[in-house]
Amino acid sequence: MKYPKANIVRYPTVTRVNHWITAGCFVLLVLSGLAMFHPMLFFLTELFGGGQWARAAHPWIGTILLLSYGGMIVQFWRDELFTWDDLQWSKSIAKVIVNEEEGVPEAPRFNAGQKLVFWAMAFLVPALFFSGLLIWEVYFSSYTTIEQQRYAMLIHSLCAIAAILVWITHVYSGIWIRGSVSAMMHGHVTPGWAFRHHRKWFRSLVATGSRGPVPNPTSRTEHKS
Amino acid sequence: MADLQTQNYIRRSATTLTPPSVRNHEQEVAKLIDVTRCIGCKACQSACMEWNNLRPEVGHFEGAYENPGDLAPSVWTLMRFEEYENDVGNLEWLIRKDGCMHCEDPGCLKACPAPGAIVQYANGIVDFMSDACIGCGYCLKGCPFDIPRINPVDHKSYKCTLCSDRVGVGLEPACVKACPTGAIMFGSKSDMKDWAGERIEDLKSRGFENAGLYDPPGVGGTHVMYVLHHADKPGIYSGLPENPTISKLVQFWKGLIKPIAIAGIAFAAVTAFVHWITVGPNDVEQNDEDEADRLLKKAEGS
Repeated sequence: MKYPKANIVRYPTVTRVNHWITAGCFVLLVLSGLAMFHPMLFFLTELFGGGQWARAAHPWIGTILLLSYGGMIVQFWRDELFTWDDLQWSKSIAKVIVNEEEGVPEAPRFNAGQKLVFWAMAFLVPALFFSGLLIWEVYFSSYTTIEQQRYAMLIHSLCAIAAILVWITHVYSGIWIRGSVSAMMHGHVTPGWAFRHHRKWFRSLVATGSRGPVPNPTSRTEHKS
Repeated sequence: MADLQTQNYIRRSATTLTPPSVRNHEQEVAKLIDVTRCIGCKACQSACMEWNNLRPEVGHFEGAYENPGDLAPSVWTLMRFEEYENDVGNLEWLIRKDGCMHCEDPGCLKACPAPGAIVQYANGIVDFMSDACIGCGYCLKGCPFDIPRINPVDHKSYKCTLCSDRVGVGLEPACVKACPTGAIMFGSKSDMKDWAGERIEDLKSRGFENAGLYDPPGVGGTHVMYVLHHADKPGIYSGLPENPTISKLVQFWKGLIKPIAIAGIAFAAVTAFVHWITVGPNDVEQNDEDEADRLLKKAEGS
């Protein structure tokens, strides 16, 4: 994909395709999962062609999500590692929430909030997958006792609720920080966007003459030292 | 399986509304299985297959009297045989007709996510409505007696219906009709308890001092009850649960966390919206672009 000349690449094409596969799976899982969780939401199964189809599709979509999120981890983990600076950034969360930019430490490619979302999902997605495996009636019910399945059921529900809360935070942050959705849709941001929201990242790109999403490797060590 | 009038439902799975409740005078029924009279002939199993048109696949001899080996989608009742050595060293052959207990508080119904896939009639019978069943297997997790079985072919859950179609037209269940020794009785629950009381007295007078009725209170009582010679040790009857209740895990999952989760999710969404209309979006300003431009130019220059 061709990006506008003046802009910075935030998410390359592979990342974006990977992200939207993940997102699509997640939305389908939330819809089919909530349908089986609360009677008042059972009507959502109609979106999948009825209860039997929702029940049958849910674990397969979950399998795709696990693989897809694995791809996200591979692509992102380096930039998602927590540092001491994240603690400083977190302390100024009250300012961040009200769009106050003054006195908020400069953020790298991902700020502490984004890292939290990333690692929360990195924990929850496998937890959901493996607890889900135990209650995948068709293929795996004979491998565990019913009591183990009861535990799996409860863990699966609790993790799903946690994941939905994380997801709401993630989606709203994307809407709130204007330009984020467009960045994930089309891959690029304006230099001003990078400067405003991820100044440390922007500085590292500028210093190494990189167009993004990561600093040029030769200068990377130089920049660090 | 037989859908009686919907006004007869006193419980309906995955329903937040009150089921029709003006018809409140119906007598509760019960099947009484007198284990002490059972001779293990399996006539009840045959009658169940015949009436319900069930033909489980012929299996293999496994070295036990059970035939087939376990309950299955098309095996709704099963004689379980236990060779029990009593305190004085004598062998007691304990034969228990296993199948759905038709709990007053059914765990399967509580766990079921599909509206109307499991119902309980005013007469106490718990029935699976197969057209609404989605095959998730939650009923297996809700059941304290390990009764329902999912058919891998049609992905529906099956179990004893207490012959609700027969009972609905004033007949007794097929197994009751077939029993040659009168070990299976059917009638109103109060009559069955009276009858059991007499029988237990008789058993006690003949040395079975722990004879008693199995009508476990943990599930609100059952509409299938046993007369046991050793009511103090139900476990010796092929693992009949001592004090069956709906698992705490299921109660928590289907009770407290359901409303809390939905409220929590709604709260998060509303909070986000309130933030959106009070604080609003975080937009890039011209100043940011200028500053960024300055840094870029500076880097180019150096």
